Amino acid sequence: MIREIVIISGKGGTGKTSIAAAFASLMENGVLCDADVDAANLHLLLKPKVVESHAFMGGGIAEIRNEDCVACGVCLDVCKFDAISEDYHVDPIACEGCGVCVDMCPQEAIDFPTQQCGEWFHSETRFGPMIHARLGIAEENSGKLVSLVRQEGRQLAEAEGRNLLLTDGPPGVGCPVIAAVGGAAALVIVVEPTVSGLHDMQRVAQLGQHFGVPGLVAVNKFDLNVEMTEKIEAWAVEQSLGLVGRIPFDPSFVKAMVAAENIIEFAPESDAAKTVREIWKKVLASKAMNNMGIADLR
Amino acid sequence: MIISIASGKGGTGKTTVAANLALSLQDSGLVKDFNMLDCDVEEPNLHLFLDPGVLTETEITTFVPVVDQEKCTGCRKCVDICRFAALAFVKETVLVFPALCHSCGGCELVCEFGAIGDDSRSLGVVESGMVNGHAIHTGRIRIGEAMSPPLIKAVRRHENEAELTLIDAPPGTSCPVIAAMRGADFVLLVTEPTPFGLHDLQLAVEAVKVLGIPAGLVINRADLGDNTVQEYAESEGLEILMKIPFERSFAEAYSRGESIVNVSPEWREKFQRLYTRIAEIVEAKA
Repeated sequence: MIREIVIISGKGGTGKTSIAAAFASLMENGVLCDADVDAANLHLLLKPKVVESHAFMGGGIAEIRNEDCVACGVCLDVCKFDAISEDYHVDPIACEGCGVCVDMCPQEAIDFPTQQCGEWFHSETRFGPMIHARLGIAEENSGKLVSLVRQEGRQLAEAEGRNLLLTDGPPGVGCPVIAAVGGAAALVIVVEPTVSGLHDMQRVAQLGQHFGVPGLVAVNKFDLNVEMTEKIEAWAVEQSLGLVGRIPFDPSFVKAMVAAENIIEFAPESDAAKTVREIWKKVLASKAMNNMGIADLR
Repeated sequence: MIISIASGKGGTGKTTVAANLALSLQDSGLVKDFNMLDCDVEEPNLHLFLDPGVLTETEITTFVPVVDQEKCTGCRKCVDICRFAALAFVKETVLVFPALCHSCGGCELVCEFGAIGDDSRSLGVVESGMVNGHAIHTGRIRIGEAMSPPLIKAVRRHENEAELTLIDAPPGTSCPVIAAMRGADFVLLVTEPTPFGLHDLQLAVEAVKVLGIPAGLVINRADLGDNTVQEYAESEGLEILMKIPFERSFAEAYSRGESIVNVSPEWREKFQRLYTRIAEIVEAKA
């Protein structure tokens, strides 16, 4: 039975990756996934050695062969994305890849080449194997790449007899986050005690509920606003989310990042490191991670 | 003029900069009228710092097909043209999966029997309000909806309603960010001087280059971290327009939904100078 913990936050910059990297050194027999394919950062702390790299192919993009084009205007009429200019050139950024112009062109003058829109990697780190990826600049299909990273992570865990996937998720509630949460055992929601932290956590918690994945809330930098921390925790309890702990504001997180280490390595005796260890224990002991009955008995 | 405020990495201070810029431009005499668009539709936060009062809500929907089974002959042309697997032919029936539809309209075009009709899917809402006489329009994606670019475009329909538009963009470098930066006159990048901040700034700079828009940099929490962001900016010729130090009082004010100019009014002038410099750069390019 492989269980996956996905770290999300709604709002960006609340400390997802710093906490994921710290969890990585506490994890036993797991596989790491970086599902923030747009602006991946986990590799900056874990310094993975790439074992294999693979192209990530997205959909097609329309390309007009101007020598065969008779300027009839059909493609301009059918394109809903304003991606074709008056002089019959396709703007590859605006093109949605629907291929309607390709199929409707009476001259068959439009090609639809498949695009490489990123890369994904199987790597080794000091804490175990890692699957990560890089989406090309200005590309679409981030959800598809997130799904691929998690699927490859799961296959690797199966092949190596590992029982845990630890996934660093993307910010927001849109396409890549939707692709990151489905099928996870638990979401660790990292929140900062600010009005925007609360607002954004509420939205991402709703998304977790929408997909039926239990959420566990950790408040980072809790001492910046204790009143807000209490408000966040009260809301979480009301929504039947678990509470796994409060991490103090500690500049060591930034110093650790500069040293390419996690907080457990950089400042093992700090309060922050101690809290992160306790949070990890609570996550593993949570109902969300132990609710499968018979499978657990093995 | 349209200024899009973006970052690559989340949580670096985009919304802080947007809110402080807006508050500093009010009654400054620098710009006649301006409006604000929150295009971080997955997690819109700008309104939390500006108190827009009563909001009018407009639902934004997108086309999805509906199949008239009476007229459908099972020719499968609609299924074949759909590149997003939003239509499937199962047991002699065309099934629609609305969540996967990109609203390209291909199915409707190829159906010879008029069997495809218009239905719609909600993308979310645009909330419109006023902050001291300046309009703010906030996109808010429906929870469970994956596609944000069409909603971002709907928010941006308001950008011609004022002389100056400030756009609060989403984090990242993929399609939603592009939708929030395209066509802007200037991209104001906000980062923090950490390895994560630098890495994601480099990606954001690449995205801005793809679009060919002039850009400048604000370094937030400038005294935490290291010097690499500054060195990178210098090597790229990316002008550092402002540095905001880390101050616990700023962080605490932010946590309560207050802005820097509320706790340190002397910053109002600095944000006005930031705007003036951006206007100069845009002018020089024009």
